[in-house]
Amino acid sequence: MNFQLSDLATLTPHMVLVGTALLVLMVEAFGHGNRRPEATWISLLGIVIAAATTGMVCHENSVGFSGMLAADGYTAFFYVIIYVVGALTMLISADYLKSERREHGEYHALVLLAMVGMMLMAGATHLMLFFLALETMSIAIYALEGVESCFKYFLLGAFASGFMLYGIALVYASVGTTQIHAIMEQLATVKGIGESPLLLAGVALIAVGFLFKVAAFPFHSWTPDVYQGAPTSVTAFMATGVKAAVFAAFFRIFTIAFPATAPIMTSAFWVIAVATMTMGNFAAIAQTDLKRMLAYSSIAHAGYLMVGIITATPEAGVGMLFYLLTYAFMNIGAFACIIMVSKQGEGRTNLDDLSGLGFKYPLLGAALTIFMFSMAGLPPTAGFIGKFLLFKAAINEGYIWLAVLGVLNSAASVYFYLRVIVYLYFKPRPEDAPTGLRAGSAITIATAIAVGVILVLGVLPGAVVRLAEAAVTVF
Amino acid sequence: MSYILSTLIFIPLLGAVALLFMNKKSTGLIKGWAFAGAMVNLAMSLPLWWQFESANPGMQFVEKMAWVPSLGINYHLGIDGISILLVLLTTFLSVICIMASFTVDKRIKEYMFFFLFLETGMIGALTSLDLFLFYIFWEVMLIPMYFLIGVWGGKDRIYAAVKFFIFTMVGSLLMLVAILVLYFMNINAGNEATFSIIELYNLNLAPNAQFWLFAAFCLAFAIKVPMFPVHTWLADAHTQAPTAGSVILAGVLLKMGTYGFLRFAMPLFPNAVEQFTPFMMTLAVIGIIYGALVAMVQKDIKRLVAYSSVSHLGYVMLGIFALNAQGVVGGLYQSLNHGISTGALFLLVGVIYERRHTRMISDFGGIAKVMPCYAAIFMIIMMSSIGLPGLNGFVGEFLIMLGAFMASKVAAAFAASGVILAAAYMLWMYRRVFFGELDKEENKELKDLNGLEWAYLLPMVFFAFWMGVYPASFLNKMEPTIEQWLVQVEQKRVACAELGEQSKSLAMILNEDAD
Repeated sequence: MNFQLSDLATLTPHMVLVGTALLVLMVEAFGHGNRRPEATWISLLGIVIAAATTGMVCHENSVGFSGMLAADGYTAFFYVIIYVVGALTMLISADYLKSERREHGEYHALVLLAMVGMMLMAGATHLMLFFLALETMSIAIYALEGVESCFKYFLLGAFASGFMLYGIALVYASVGTTQIHAIMEQLATVKGIGESPLLLAGVALIAVGFLFKVAAFPFHSWTPDVYQGAPTSVTAFMATGVKAAVFAAFFRIFTIAFPATAPIMTSAFWVIAVATMTMGNFAAIAQTDLKRMLAYSSIAHAGYLMVGIITATPEAGVGMLFYLLTYAFMNIGAFACIIMVSKQGEGRTNLDDLSGLGFKYPLLGAALTIFMFSMAGLPPTAGFIGKFLLFKAAINEGYIWLAVLGVLNSAASVYFYLRVIVYLYFKPRPEDAPTGLRAGSAITIATAIAVGVILVLGVLPGAVVRLAEAAVTVF
Repeated sequence: MSYILSTLIFIPLLGAVALLFMNKKSTGLIKGWAFAGAMVNLAMSLPLWWQFESANPGMQFVEKMAWVPSLGINYHLGIDGISILLVLLTTFLSVICIMASFTVDKRIKEYMFFFLFLETGMIGALTSLDLFLFYIFWEVMLIPMYFLIGVWGGKDRIYAAVKFFIFTMVGSLLMLVAILVLYFMNINAGNEATFSIIELYNLNLAPNAQFWLFAAFCLAFAIKVPMFPVHTWLADAHTQAPTAGSVILAGVLLKMGTYGFLRFAMPLFPNAVEQFTPFMMTLAVIGIIYGALVAMVQKDIKRLVAYSSVSHLGYVMLGIFALNAQGVVGGLYQSLNHGISTGALFLLVGVIYERRHTRMISDFGGIAKVMPCYAAIFMIIMMSSIGLPGLNGFVGEFLIMLGAFMASKVAAAFAASGVILAAAYMLWMYRRVFFGELDKEENKELKDLNGLEWAYLLPMVFFAFWMGVYPASFLNKMEPTIEQWLVQVEQKRVACAELGEQSKSLAMILNEDAD
């Protein structure tokens, strides 16, 4: 292993974010009073600077640190998704934290550090770096959550990390390396190693770790409780950021390192994908709490994204990239609406609370409606284009049944997404309903951006599709 | 390149967006604006009627622009003899519907917004020549209709709205999968990536490959038509929808189904059509008789009209699947007729509902005495729906029966019984509502038609006569296209049949060539 200065350059965005996190902590430690509204703006500035440096350090097919950290187009695309997630999270957190009286700098620092973990995960081309990144992200997220959900997530997450590490060890035992390109070469050159039980066990255990983190069936059971228990802004951050980062690594590692095991793993993933979407959608139908409903819906979305993992072609990569980007906007947007509607200190956000709200607050109603249509995959929203690209890739590889089951699931999901709209517009507002929204300027801006992006990408997806196509040339 | 079709699509959308910025209290301005928007669109669509070259069977007023070039998606519009009259019907009925909605007193701004938005979706779907673009408009139509039923509908509106939405979604999503399979089959055949329907017409697929693709398209369109047994959403949607919603649903949205068969499902997969024809004709005949029988026992006038739609659309499907010039032209003509006569029937039901807030047949009786003009108009429209010679319904039904008789005598014989049933349920309802004793106190004070009602009913009556007395002015426009359509379908069927059965499944073909 030899380090060059140029390797360090690939870490510029990460260092900017870590620096910002430290700065926020300093402000927290030495500032006056115990409220830190400026932490939001400092963090946002840090994200913007990190984003500006990304273009300089990410080149085509460049890999730093002896093949551990990629700085290619694929990585850059995920960096952008993570910046989007981070920035929107900061914006929707500002007013939320203020009204919940939790305006502490540590919150922002933890979000920034979790982002660094996510970015390293998206760029990792080495199983060890990937694992470290996963833990960096996870620990920051554990700390962001409330006590009860934190403990649940932590216990199960630690268990999953154990599986993952054990899997990495078994893979190392059978091929003698943990660099993903080297693993691919080993599997391609050494005959029969692809079928060795040791390697397969290792790959399966790694897959279990991934499936846990993306909340795929049957490793999803933590999701509803954790999503409901965590502060809403953290839920939004987790649901989008963690999902993007884990799918980034999932796709890269399984497409590059383990195509040799695909014949066996694909059939398992096929069943898991269908089970995940079906379970997620049908459980979501039964929910009356908005956050729980969105938790199950995020399980279903993980199922759709698994279609990309199964298909494992660059075309599927395009679909996943587009999907995850738009998912960030629509999901954070939906959670932003929940924050605006919910009351201070109240964990529960019942569907009933939405009754008649659409006509009382037309802009909020329109925004939430657009998010729901986008999640259901209806044109002309970006959610439709994402699903279209994913299923298109699957059909191109001959996974017609998978696509059929996927779209039928989509149709079932329409029921509970529409139910939100039923409450918003079709039910009368109760006489004694409390009025007022928790809508400050920051959260309003975040929601408006999300609505704008979803509509623009829904009508003019061409430019982003081209970027995604350029990003997946590494595969 | 003429931009007339784009103009027709986007004027209502612009009008709808402008409505959002108006004060919701100035209802006069909102109604006037929406009416003006629809009127301008109607005026803009009239040049289509004059400039359309009737003898030219191909696409006219074509517009084409790259949209997502890497995937072969284009913004591609055009109309031919199949779609031109449906587009005109849409712009015409939109004006009528907006007039009929002037009496809506709840959230008029949002109502008009959704109505104009709906017009954009409908015209877009009727003019798209790119499958992707078509799919977008096809789905976009659902959203405003969902709101129109859900917010402004009757007592069970939520159930009806959700049912309407999900039924349509299931069908259209499966069609999306079929569209993608077709797209890749086309690429695998060595052609450029394209969603253009004109180019996909040239793709010859083995008959057994066509089977499932047709089945998926067929399901989507059959739900929309709706054909028996996927018609159950219709009665709820119609009964619960506000008057104008029912009019546009019957008048245009259902026609999207029959249009889809003519434009997409049948010319793309002619061999599958051949296999499906006995099945589809059977379903059409069942729909005709079943719809009529169920209509007969309805207590609610609006529900009766809704079930009569199932029966009428059965005729349309029977004509189309007869696959001869008379049948297909008759089917298309009957689609237009149904838009006029059933649309007008829903308007008439709306008139009486606004006065009495009930649609139960048993709540009326003898009202011809207090509302003579209303009774007269109702009589004319009802006769056009039954198919009395001299009115529009007769021409369509006659052509369909002629075509069906040539294709299958048994089907024609059963379908003919539907005509008798139609007379039975309509006349029986008419007798119970309009004749007999004027025995209910509430009915004695009913007022006859007012100016607004005359204004939107008279154009409908006018068309019922025009289309009945001189159908040639309409048939001229559609016949050349339909004749060429039949030739194309037949040629393609022969060419595909020569390919023989292929032994591999669709999935295997796609998978193989991808590697």
